[in-house]
Amino acid sequence: MTTTSETGTPEAFQPADNGAGKAASYAAASEWRLMWYKFSRHRLAVICGIIVLLLYVVAAFVEFVAPYDPEAQNPASAYQAPTRIHFVDADGQFHLRPFVYGTSSQRNLDTFELEFVEDTSARHHLSLFVQGDDYRLWGLFPSNLHLFGVEDADARVYLLGADRQGRDLLSRIIHGTRLSMSIGLAGVVMSFFIGIVVGGVSGYFGGTIDIVTQRIIEFVRSMPTIPLWLGLAAALPSNWSVMQVYFAITVILSLIGWTGLAQVVRGRALALREEDFIMAARLCGTSRTRIIFKHMVPSFMSHIIAALTLAVPEMIIAETALSFLGLGLRYPAISWGVLLQEAQNLRSVALAPWLLAPGAMVVIAVLALNFLGDGLRDAADPYRR
Amino acid sequence: MAGYVLQRLLLVIPTVFVISIITFVIIQLPPGDFLTSYIATLESGGQVVDQAQIDALRAQYGLGEPVYVQYWKWVVGVLSGDFGHSFQWKRPVVDLIGERMALTIALSVASLLLVWAISLPIGIYSAVRQYSPGDYFFTFISFVGLGVPNFLFALVLMWWAYSQFGMSVGGLFSPQYADAPWSLAKVLDFLSHLWIPAAVLAIGGIAGLIRIMRANLLDELPKLYVTTARAKGMGETSLVLKYPVRVALNPFVSTIGWTLPGLVSGSIIVSVVLNLPTTGPMLLTALQSQDMYLAGAILLMLSILTVIGTLISDVLLAWLDPRIRFN
Amino acid sequence: MTDQAMPADMLLDVRDLRTGFALREGYVRAVDGASFHVRRGETIGVVGESGCGKSITARTILRIAGTSDDSLAGKVIFRRSSGEVTDLLELPHSGREIRRIRGAEIAMIFQEPMTAFSPVHTIGNQIIEAIRLHQSISKEEARTAAVDMLRRVEMSSAEKRIDAYPHQLSGGMRQRAMIAMALVCRPQLLLADEPTTALDVTTQAQILGLIRQLKDDLGMSVMMITHDLGVVAETAQTVAVMYLGKVVEMADVKSLFRDPKHPYTRALLASIPKLGRRAGEPLHPVKGMVPSPFNRPIGCPFHTRCPSAMPGICEKSMPGKTTVAGGHTVSCFLFGEGDKAEEQSA
Repeated sequence: MTTTSETGTPEAFQPADNGAGKAASYAAASEWRLMWYKFSRHRLAVICGIIVLLLYVVAAFVEFVAPYDPEAQNPASAYQAPTRIHFVDADGQFHLRPFVYGTSSQRNLDTFELEFVEDTSARHHLSLFVQGDDYRLWGLFPSNLHLFGVEDADARVYLLGADRQGRDLLSRIIHGTRLSMSIGLAGVVMSFFIGIVVGGVSGYFGGTIDIVTQRIIEFVRSMPTIPLWLGLAAALPSNWSVMQVYFAITVILSLIGWTGLAQVVRGRALALREEDFIMAARLCGTSRTRIIFKHMVPSFMSHIIAALTLAVPEMIIAETALSFLGLGLRYPAISWGVLLQEAQNLRSVALAPWLLAPGAMVVIAVLALNFLGDGLRDAADPYRR
Repeated sequence: MAGYVLQRLLLVIPTVFVISIITFVIIQLPPGDFLTSYIATLESGGQVVDQAQIDALRAQYGLGEPVYVQYWKWVVGVLSGDFGHSFQWKRPVVDLIGERMALTIALSVASLLLVWAISLPIGIYSAVRQYSPGDYFFTFISFVGLGVPNFLFALVLMWWAYSQFGMSVGGLFSPQYADAPWSLAKVLDFLSHLWIPAAVLAIGGIAGLIRIMRANLLDELPKLYVTTARAKGMGETSLVLKYPVRVALNPFVSTIGWTLPGLVSGSIIVSVVLNLPTTGPMLLTALQSQDMYLAGAILLMLSILTVIGTLISDVLLAWLDPRIRFN
Repeated sequence: MTDQAMPADMLLDVRDLRTGFALREGYVRAVDGASFHVRRGETIGVVGESGCGKSITARTILRIAGTSDDSLAGKVIFRRSSGEVTDLLELPHSGREIRRIRGAEIAMIFQEPMTAFSPVHTIGNQIIEAIRLHQSISKEEARTAAVDMLRRVEMSSAEKRIDAYPHQLSGGMRQRAMIAMALVCRPQLLLADEPTTALDVTTQAQILGLIRQLKDDLGMSVMMITHDLGVVAETAQTVAVMYLGKVVEMADVKSLFRDPKHPYTRALLASIPKLGRRAGEPLHPVKGMVPSPFNRPIGCPFHTRCPSAMPGICEKSMPGKTTVAGGHTVSCFLFGEGDKAEEQSA
């Protein structure tokens, strides 16, 4: 017999032992607190949450974070490979500060391809907060301060290589963050609006209205969405400005994405109507507004937030796909999908595999949002299990 | 059962009707009527525009008449097998999309089979061995599969095959068969090419269905009827396969309702990347050049394809689940 | 391993059974030293509030409780139909040996006949399977046997109902089908886990009558798990009262109802509303709440709610089993510290 604790000391009888004490505070914690407990235990979700936050911070300050102007062309650097960062110089000496060598290019007269040679005569140290290309932050504040770069304006550092026109791919990806990450949010906000109206109405009234909206949602869901997007997107006039196209694409994405959110809203609304605690609150004579805001909204919001987070990556993928096919955002807009267009040509990808880097960004953003949303969804129901 | 199937069949009619309206709206979306752009193309090509021919087309499609008349003429045409005329290809749409549609269906069905054949056993394994290293491995893989859009997979695959082996994995036929008439050799060649795009297309679906099968089965495993079967003295493996898996299969089958549209959708982009002779690239170029009758026909056919797929899954589900069958 | 000898009329002897499962909040000692025995042809009622470990006890006997083998302690000695005596806890839980016993020698029926049948298989399919797991006979023979059994449980038009799906039957019919499935292999022992709780009162009486009659017909023993003392009075010859994973009192049904010893048994009996009770007269529920399973009291588990708890004694250690009359044992310091040195390892 292993369980000999029956003969334990009287103190041990007090519910002061660690597990029980924790369980007691667990039982008394507020709902939001419980959600936070549960979420923070999901370590991957927390890490992904930080990544997502970082992506949005970058999206807010792209001009500052990007080392160069994304449109600055440099024909001599076409398809230049990512610049290598050195700590040890050509003489074998170690330097604490990372540095790069300048690169010079030469056209090989046999293959007509550019060949790049590192010029080891001068070191260019990487530093933070360097002055570089001029920009206007948010189109308002003129500045030339960049998060990092090299002091010498003649030596350019291509951390992720250069594209066909010798533009810095890293700067372009960072600039793409703004459109790619924000179009997901904007699309979700818009489809959330449609979803909450339709789903709320459907769930609130029930009956025939519910049946009809359910059939509509089922119908929209059973349509192959991408051909529809393509059809709608192809109809956008080609003379529209970047902003107009951006909003049109947002609308197209949300037109198809609202169904999932509407179903979540409706499902929650229906479930909540039946919940015992709502009934109990009603029987206690709690006012309608208090029931809605004190009882329904909290248990509602957590699910909605999770569903929204999970909808953003879908939108990001959709935008990327549309732009990649040339039917979404188009030059001069910069999004990850637009950047990926350059990777459509197999020969240039073979020559410059770093052209696939925007795709890697899409994957990172989508995975981070998915894991974050998953963690949020688990946390949304703190009393489960 | 028969009543249920009939009811489902009847529901197809309004669905297809709505689809046809949406398609027609998309056909009408580009500014100006297509004849204007047709004339513009002809003129820019330096060709002489035959006014009589233009008038004939105008009358045929009811241009200038109210929208519903145009819609009616289009629908009647479609019902009699006339999908209109492609101005880009200068051929009737029917001749253009026939074989491509068949290849699209073949690709989608192949992916669907692949999705099921792979996700079902993995999902069962993951649920029965919950929290085992294998489960963690497949969970991780399926999250990655869900996170990576399949056209990116296609892109990376193309690049990898090209840079490693200097070969293109695109296409559905070897060059010598591409324009050859159908023969047994061509079919075999087709099948040997089909699996790569089918696999690329299937990845997202596999990842999604592994999650679904795992979650469904995890819901079923603790149920009382599993304990009952155990109390009867059944062996664990045969018990899991006969009862909880069988019950978990129902929601799994019903996912065809969105798996199929997803696959058809995905096949468009994947086909563009992998350069497959399916409807995908043709739809894209038709949309870009606003060859709207061609684009409309493809949209309509793809949508109807998914409606039929969903119908099949509904019937399959009723056959699988007595609770629906004896409603 | 030693001490497996049992009197010849004894079918099952559960000795100091312990099991539990680990949850995130802590380890739950679901069964915590339960001892009782079942004689041939006898119905034993196991009574207790929900959460006292009755169901887990039954499932542990069949080794289908889903708890880890490490958590098991004690002995479950069973006399097989071959006459061989086996400790069921020693067998691998999904091995061939225990599976031969499940269904064939010890069968079980459950509280919820709706969820106890697979919703997508006909009841016939599930009954025939039960037969063919233990007997090598053809499908047709098994089907005949199944129809036969359904008739014995008084299922009307059994030939037709055998092809019905569970959702097509009423609750009572489903429970009859469940009983048919459990008894179709003529087990020696039937574990009935609250078989009538989910049924309405008339059906309940029919089902209890059916179980009693089949028990006599087939000469089996029944372990009737219930929280309803009325069910016990109606069906059982012996009663074991469980509280928080322990058997606190065991006696034949007459002595228990006439002369309950343990304060918990008395409280339970007092809580039954009596016929002819005057309106407005208060009910007498058992005072207090069942303690949290993560935080079980040390000493006698009932001392936190016991009206006659003795400070300084009851919260110190667990009283042993004391024999107060022939076949009537109780674990309470009011009646002694336990029979000498017997099973005092805890």
